[in-house]
Amino acid sequence: MSLFGFSLKPRRAKSAQTAKDRLQILLAHERGSGSAQADYLPDLQRDILAVIRKYMQIEEDGVDIRMERNDDISSLEINIEMPSDSEKAAKSAKSAKPAAKSAARK
Amino acid sequence: MTQLKDDSPLGKVIVITSGKGGVGKTTSAAAISAGLAKRGHKTVVIDFDVGLRNLDMIMGCERRVVFDFINVIQGDARLKQALIKDKRVETLSILPTSQTRDKDALTQEGVEKVLDELRQEFDYIICDSPAGIERGAQLAMFFADEAVVVTNPEVSSVRDSDRVLGLLSSKTRRAESDGEPVKAQVLLTRHDQSRIDKGEMMTVEDVLELLAVPLIGIVPESTAVLRASNTGMPVVLDEPSSASAAYDDAVSRLLGEDIPMRIPGEKRPGFIGRLFGRSA
Repeated sequence: MSLFGFSLKPRRAKSAQTAKDRLQILLAHERGSGSAQADYLPDLQRDILAVIRKYMQIEEDGVDIRMERNDDISSLEINIEMPSDSEKAAKSAKSAKPAAKSAARK
Repeated sequence: MTQLKDDSPLGKVIVITSGKGGVGKTTSAAAISAGLAKRGHKTVVIDFDVGLRNLDMIMGCERRVVFDFINVIQGDARLKQALIKDKRVETLSILPTSQTRDKDALTQEGVEKVLDELRQEFDYIICDSPAGIERGAQLAMFFADEAVVVTNPEVSSVRDSDRVLGLLSSKTRRAESDGEPVKAQVLLTRHDQSRIDKGEMMTVEDVLELLAVPLIGIVPESTAVLRASNTGMPVVLDEPSSASAAYDDAVSRLLGEDIPMRIPGEKRPGFIGRLFGRSA
């Protein structure tokens, strides 16, 4: 919203440029390695989970993978939910899984 | 309607379908889900067009897709991981589909499992159907409680809508279980009053008479729709426009509100016309 009616015009032209920019990034990804991405991410997640489990006890759903693609860089964010101390205690006290799960939910 | 919600906390599944392609299903799915979410309802919108993913672009989250609907169905990812939270409306989530697989990756059991899980958490589950009447479209409508049939005032679109209405009343879980049928309503899009005035386009009444189902809204042909898709913004979240107002009205009706039908761009004489009045 502007004081001057004509300021709407350049805005409209800009949305077409936005569309083109978005498509350029997206199509570059999809034509290149991007299309294989959907296939390797589940395996990547499984492998990461397996490696971490060699060193610490984490839940089946304790790993979270997110991806953010931008013009210049793409980032792969891997979040690993570490078991809290109280949970560890509960686990070592009696390795009952349901108890550990309910603690994690808190 | 509110009573129904009190009785069952489970979310409602609404399919956005049409048969014909290019009539505005994805635009409508994006606008309706954003409209519902804007009013505080927990809403998720699912792309059923496997292999031709586009909802993510219309919703502006194409760069945030990691896992998708198919990954969840095949057990490669959890639902929580595949859901993308909208950055503009807190109560809105998107479940994108796969761009690399095909429609055979969808299974009835898989779709049912995902929908059942979503029903626990969301108030509204909007299924954006692919065009056509094959597997993807069939599964998008199969578990629906309600349907919005997007129709253009144009012969092939009306014919395809009629075909889809037939499928809704025969090839859905509700139809097969002899329970309450799927509540189907027509959303008329790309409506152009000036062409109707010239007798070049079927009127709303013409279309409703042919299809014989209730009308949920009339969305005018509007430049706002392309502008919104350019920027990845659902129409109702973009700048005010006749199209966004029409979608807002349709959302109100979907929620059971009784509001008068506005025909957009109705008989508003231009400047010259007003100057000379209706002398002729």
